[in-house]
Amino acid sequence: MFLAWRELWFARARFGLMGGVVALIAVLVVMLSGLSSGLVNDGVSGLKKLPVSAFAFGEDTAIDSAFSRSTVDRDQLAQWADQDGVAEAALFGNQLVNGEGPHDEPVDLALFGVEAGSFVAPSAEDVIEGTALSGENGIVVSETVTDLGLGLGDTVTIDRLGTELTVVGILDGQHTFGHVDVAYVPMGTWQEIHAGIPEGAEARPEIYDGATAIALASASGEDIDRAAGDAAAATTTVSLEESFDGSPGYAAETLTLELIQVFLYAISALVVGAFFMVWTIQRKHEIAVARAMGASTGYLVRDALGQAAVVLVVSTVAGMGVGVGFGALLSSSPMPFALEAAPLAAAAVLLIGLGLVGAAASVGRIARVDPLTALGGQR
Amino acid sequence: MTNTAEQLAGRASRTTEGLALEHVSLTLGDGDSTVTALDDVDLTVPRGELLAVVGPSGSGKSSLLAVAGALIAPTSGAVHLDGVDVLALKGGRQAALRRERIGFVFQSGNLLPALTAMDQLRFALHVAGVRGTPGRDPRDLLEQVGMGHKAGRRPHELSGGERQRVGIARALVTTPGLLLVDEPTAALDRARSHEVVELLAAETHEHGVATVMVTHDHDVLEHCDRVVEMEDGRLSA
Ligand SMILES: Nc1ncnc2c1ncn2[C@@H]1O[C@H](COP(=O)(O)OP(=O)(O)OP(=O)(O)O)[C@@H](O)[C@H]1O
Ligand SMILES: [Mg+2]
Repeated sequence: MFLAWRELWFARARFGLMGGVVALIAVLVVMLSGLSSGLVNDGVSGLKKLPVSAFAFGEDTAIDSAFSRSTVDRDQLAQWADQDGVAEAALFGNQLVNGEGPHDEPVDLALFGVEAGSFVAPSAEDVIEGTALSGENGIVVSETVTDLGLGLGDTVTIDRLGTELTVVGILDGQHTFGHVDVAYVPMGTWQEIHAGIPEGAEARPEIYDGATAIALASASGEDIDRAAGDAAAATTTVSLEESFDGSPGYAAETLTLELIQVFLYAISALVVGAFFMVWTIQRKHEIAVARAMGASTGYLVRDALGQAAVVLVVSTVAGMGVGVGFGALLSSSPMPFALEAAPLAAAAVLLIGLGLVGAAASVGRIARVDPLTALGGQR
Repeated sequence: MTNTAEQLAGRASRTTEGLALEHVSLTLGDGDSTVTALDDVDLTVPRGELLAVVGPSGSGKSSLLAVAGALIAPTSGAVHLDGVDVLALKGGRQAALRRERIGFVFQSGNLLPALTAMDQLRFALHVAGVRGTPGRDPRDLLEQVGMGHKAGRRPHELSGGERQRVGIARALVTTPGLLLVDEPTAALDRARSHEVVELLAAETHEHGVATVMVTHDHDVLEHCDRVVEMEDGRLSA
């Protein structure tokens, strides 16, 4: 690194320019990563926190509309409960509703219908305020509803139906589905709302037989045989992760953001590669001189890669620092934005790693510089 | 007994310290357009001798330096440096030989633009010094070539003659046995040219270096111990 450090200082303007580009890309990567994590949280944090390993939807359900279109009944539940490797099976209802809060303000909720005492129902440890599910019209809601001004004891009236749901418990942390706060509601009430039965009206008994899906938990160390269960119960089963695509907009949002990030990494690697290509070509004569002086290819390549690593690490860390600073400002805004250490660390490793790959592809030219060209004429 | 005497002389020429080229030929280019850059060249340069190589452009002078400095392998012949068969060495060992035993002084110095005069010398030591090769003190050496007061300057802040002197100091700092110099005075005026070649002569004699200097400049030949002429790849005294 004898030459590398001195060149970094000597050509600091040029290296600074390239480092600036990498730093700006790093800022963008942080923002996108934060937006990604935020959108993922907003889209599926309610699902992620379920103790569920798979969902069995009705037969031939397309996954992108599964949570709104699928229906299953108790016979199918019974079939699934008997399957090998299934530790728990329970009905699970999902319904997005619009309602009004105590001060006539609009409140949107993702109702998760669960049978009290089933493994998907929130337990006492899950709530930070109030109780677990209790009463016919009691709901246990995501901590994030407090942003809407709702609190324990407040009542939400469902539009058109007039059903009144009262907050009896508040969950620990964010539980959202399709950008809407989750409210756990007892299965019977969920079934009435899902069937569109107005408050006080008589409901046909068969509506109490169905739900959206069967939530499954595998016995520890065992896999659920999805094909066998689907054949027996006439269902379509997907893993919990696969079911995320059923959250409204989730697949499109994450794909778009992932695509942008992939492009950013590629651009960054290409910028760094192109810079070191030009830099190496510019230094061709100096490299020839160093080689004639007896510097080995390995010595010069190590020097050049070390130089690239210094620029990449410094600019990535600086850019990410700025990005995290911006992110902190955004976190307190209503934008779905969440900075998480793991994806940021992965992004830093990717930026630096791919930059080094780009640089390595270019500094490979060092091996082809003929020390003979150091002799004789001026170039 | 002349036979044995000749044999002894022959062996001696191979084992003496310094540079020895025997029947060296070099053909450059490929296919139809080949050029014989060196044609059966025999040359010995003992330590402590400053040899000047003159000749018209394209006669093979730079090629001679390239072969002597292990930058290119001759088509045929043998190259020995201080008794070491240079051509028997692998590429990596040849680079090691260059950094430990050979110094190059290029036309117009060919200094590295990012480095100060002092760092040019320290770089040469760094490249060579991995194995603890004894080198000369870079500050003393810069002082000796009259550049002590400009040790902190980079090449673009130095004149052509100053650059050339730093280049000579850089080549000498690793105490090479062989110094190869290509047209050191091409970019210099008459007074500077004399200074530079006098410096080369002094260093060659004082430190027992075998020095081969290619030059177009007949003015400076008076400082050289011996002059050979190249013509179409052939050497003549
Ligand atoms: N890479 C090459 N491929 C083919 N021919 C070459 C190559 N390099 C040099 N030559 C030829 O080899 C011959 C000797 O070249 P060389 O550079 O040794 O001459 P020189 O005496 O140093 O000339 P000058 O005084 O102009 O520097 C010339 O005819 C030249 O055209
Ligand atoms: Mg030449």
